[in-house]
Amino acid sequence: MAQNDTLIKGWQPVIGLEVHVQLMTNTKLFSPAKNQFGEDANTLVDLIDLGLPGVLPVLNEGAMKQGIKFGLATNAKIAETMIFDRKNYFYPDLPKGYQITQLHYPIVRDGVVEVNGKKIRIHQAHLEEDAGKSIHDKYDDKSVIDLNRSGVPLLEIVSEPDIRSASEAVDYLKKIHQIITYLDISDGNMSQGSMRCDANVSIMKPEDKEFGVRAEIKNINSFKFVEKAINFEIRRQIKILEANEAVEQETRLYDSIKDETRSMRTKEFANDYRYFPCPDLVPTNISKEFIESVRKDMDELPEEKQQRFMSIYNLNEYDAGVICADKKIANFFEEVVKDADIQLAAKWIIGELNALLNKHDISLDESKIDATNFSELIQKITDNTISGKIAKEVLEEIWATGTKVSEVIDSKGMQQISDEGELENIIETILNENNNQVNAYRSGKDKLFGFFVGQVMKATQGKANPGLVNELLKKKLS
Amino acid sequence: MNFKELRGKFRAKKVSAKEAVESSLEKIKDDKLNIFINNFEKQALSNAEYIDNNFDDFKDKPLSGVPIAHKDIFCTEGLPTTCGSKMLENFIAPYDATVVKNCFDAGSIMVAKTNMDEFAMGSSNETSYFGAVSNPWNHNLVPGGSSGGAAACVSANLTTISTGTDTGGSIRQPAALCGITGLKPTYGLVSRWGMIAFCSSMDQAGPFSKDAFGCAALLDAMASYDEKDSTSTKRDNINFEKSLSKDFGSLNIGVIKNIEKLGISEDVINAYETSKTVLTGLGHKLIEVDFSELSSGICSYYVIAPAECSSNLSRFDGVKYGYRSEGEKDIANLYMNTRSDGFGDEVKKRILIGTHVLSAGFYDAYYLQAQKVRRMIKVKFEDFFKHVDLIFMPTTLDQAFEKNRKSDDPNRMYKEDLLTIPANLAGLPAISFPNGFKNNLPIGGQLIGKYFGEDLLLNTTNKIQEVTDWHKMTP
Repeated sequence: MAQNDTLIKGWQPVIGLEVHVQLMTNTKLFSPAKNQFGEDANTLVDLIDLGLPGVLPVLNEGAMKQGIKFGLATNAKIAETMIFDRKNYFYPDLPKGYQITQLHYPIVRDGVVEVNGKKIRIHQAHLEEDAGKSIHDKYDDKSVIDLNRSGVPLLEIVSEPDIRSASEAVDYLKKIHQIITYLDISDGNMSQGSMRCDANVSIMKPEDKEFGVRAEIKNINSFKFVEKAINFEIRRQIKILEANEAVEQETRLYDSIKDETRSMRTKEFANDYRYFPCPDLVPTNISKEFIESVRKDMDELPEEKQQRFMSIYNLNEYDAGVICADKKIANFFEEVVKDADIQLAAKWIIGELNALLNKHDISLDESKIDATNFSELIQKITDNTISGKIAKEVLEEIWATGTKVSEVIDSKGMQQISDEGELENIIETILNENNNQVNAYRSGKDKLFGFFVGQVMKATQGKANPGLVNELLKKKLS
Repeated sequence: MNFKELRGKFRAKKVSAKEAVESSLEKIKDDKLNIFINNFEKQALSNAEYIDNNFDDFKDKPLSGVPIAHKDIFCTEGLPTTCGSKMLENFIAPYDATVVKNCFDAGSIMVAKTNMDEFAMGSSNETSYFGAVSNPWNHNLVPGGSSGGAAACVSANLTTISTGTDTGGSIRQPAALCGITGLKPTYGLVSRWGMIAFCSSMDQAGPFSKDAFGCAALLDAMASYDEKDSTSTKRDNINFEKSLSKDFGSLNIGVIKNIEKLGISEDVINAYETSKTVLTGLGHKLIEVDFSELSSGICSYYVIAPAECSSNLSRFDGVKYGYRSEGEKDIANLYMNTRSDGFGDEVKKRILIGTHVLSAGFYDAYYLQAQKVRRMIKVKFEDFFKHVDLIFMPTTLDQAFEKNRKSDDPNRMYKEDLLTIPANLAGLPAISFPNGFKNNLPIGGQLIGKYFGEDLLLNTTNKIQEVTDWHKMTP
């Protein structure tokens, strides 16, 4: 408990996250049905996903490889033998009446990730199948079920209770997001549910030896909500304990509209899942050779990419770090600098592009920006076709419409005016109209130079080449 | 006509598949024993015609031109599959079980699906939603279970072969009570794809026929590695029919020490003693083994099997297929009433037991303990097989019993499986064959073999049947 800056009103929050990640495999975890998002309801359903009598699961080796990749990326232990268990409960979108998961012998154990220089331990990561989807709001009088998601492979990543604040929880989650997207094992899209998060939250006094009673907040589906839900829960628990009452061990739901957590079920009504080893699947041995073959097949990790960017592109550590935080942006950068100036591209990605992404809270591939277009934007700055100021306007335009940079510049006449004759005419007109200022300048009021530059820019709607304007003005005013 | 004769006549073009099917169907229509849940006249005739029209493709197949009845636990595409339950009374499977497909590819024609204890839970065929089956030897008696219909079908000569499944004795016990031969293969030899699960870690499909020859041919058809079943095992070049004529020489056969202490009836013990002399007559050496520790298997079985069953049967919830209690206002009532009405008492009892033994606080004492006993039994068998090639024992404690007699006494009923369960717990192959008669009722003897030792089991049984004729008796 060294970091006392995480205390809130003298209370120490203790947080552990369970992150469910949908794996990007061709087929489902135990059936040959396609694993895809966004298809028509119940079109990606095999006999196995329907839980028909007599069907049997067969493990998808691709999902196993992806689990191993995550383990390797977090310096975890990969199981020599992993065993699938059945978690039994009744729900209409769970066709078999049980979920196949891993309880005692998960594929990955004892991993660690570094978040802002602090190590957060991963207790385990296990493979399990997703349930289908119950849809309650489509029809007035009935609920319907879509089984497309039934059997989609999940990797559930369970952290140790090492997290001490809501913002640290978000940073940890972002780190997990970064790892899985770098490994290309998941798209990590929280709004589509391919990454979901449960948070275990308790509070204690810094001097306490044991953790407090925890509440589990289920199914939080954005980074922002993770922070809000945890903060709400911390405040709620502080209120309870400061009123000398007891926090109840329970499962809670976060309501993002009201920004509050609500009780879902207390421990007394907790399900007894009656776990036992799934007899349809034999224990799976994972050989060292197999692990090594997976390791060879692994994509570059964030730190490796950052190092490479520093040495190949000569970026400083900070810039390389910011660009490599998101694999999509890192790849985007590499595309852009094939034709554009490296340092300028880095500056624009880190500054302007990131600002837009953050402002609109979307990821790069959800935006209308593509690498070729963005590269052209940088090139137009470099070759003085447009000024930096105009470039920002062009960026706003291509962000909004996706139009090609050259078309935006042409159609709006945004080209920089570098024609000496044209600028001379403009300058002369301005000097003629402002005789008083010209005289004042010539009699020593140097500061008025800026006034003339401003007038030229105003007259050219900012398109005048600033260097040339300076040069010509000095000549005319001398 | 037995299996071998019928197949021979087809191959010699003396009986067409269609004629064989017609003859079978005629007898099935006259069935007074309630052996079948459904028969498929139209499909059977058209499939028979197909086989006749493609005679050359099928003539050398193991089951060429022979009618077969499948236990109604195997899914059959486009046709009802009930598993003996109201829950699946109107269920039409959209796919074929691997066993069903394999048997068709081997040249047999499915004529009907046989009655069984509901979801294969029972030892008398009386838990079937479709009513009890009568024993062909005495209609007041049960045929055994759960594959009661399948055993009675072959015993009454309605077909010469049929398929069954054996979780705790469900092939061997009815084979013994109906006076026919039935084999439970090594766990993993026959694919479980499409076979409705009761206890997945023990369920295994196997053949019924009058004799070892029919069982060998049917097992040749049934056995296959199946990538759709993760517990299926790859075996190369198996040909059980061929192995019948192999000479395995003189064997060491384990026999039960102090058999009188196991509560076995005098008539069954007498038949057992007679069979021992047959075995020595065939040149085998008998070595006594201590079976007493294996009797704890029954307790282990009645924890593990209900545990798996409680989970396996969760899918029958009225939501997707099968019976649904109509007019329910919420999901909890839909579940409750669907399962209360759709399952029979025996099934519900086992679901409750299974749910209990897996519950928090009881898991260690029951389920985990039962798994330890199971492992101990496996080890015990491994010890036996260091000294013997096969183990010989009776199949059942007694002969067929009267209907309704034991249904009220679950412990007595469960004890029915005392001698068959150990092979299921260990996953070993075992065969039951008729080895005596008393009061015009058959008695069964059982050989247990090493893993994937079906060839030796069938070969030894065949040798016994060459010198005895209990398997030729007909009701």
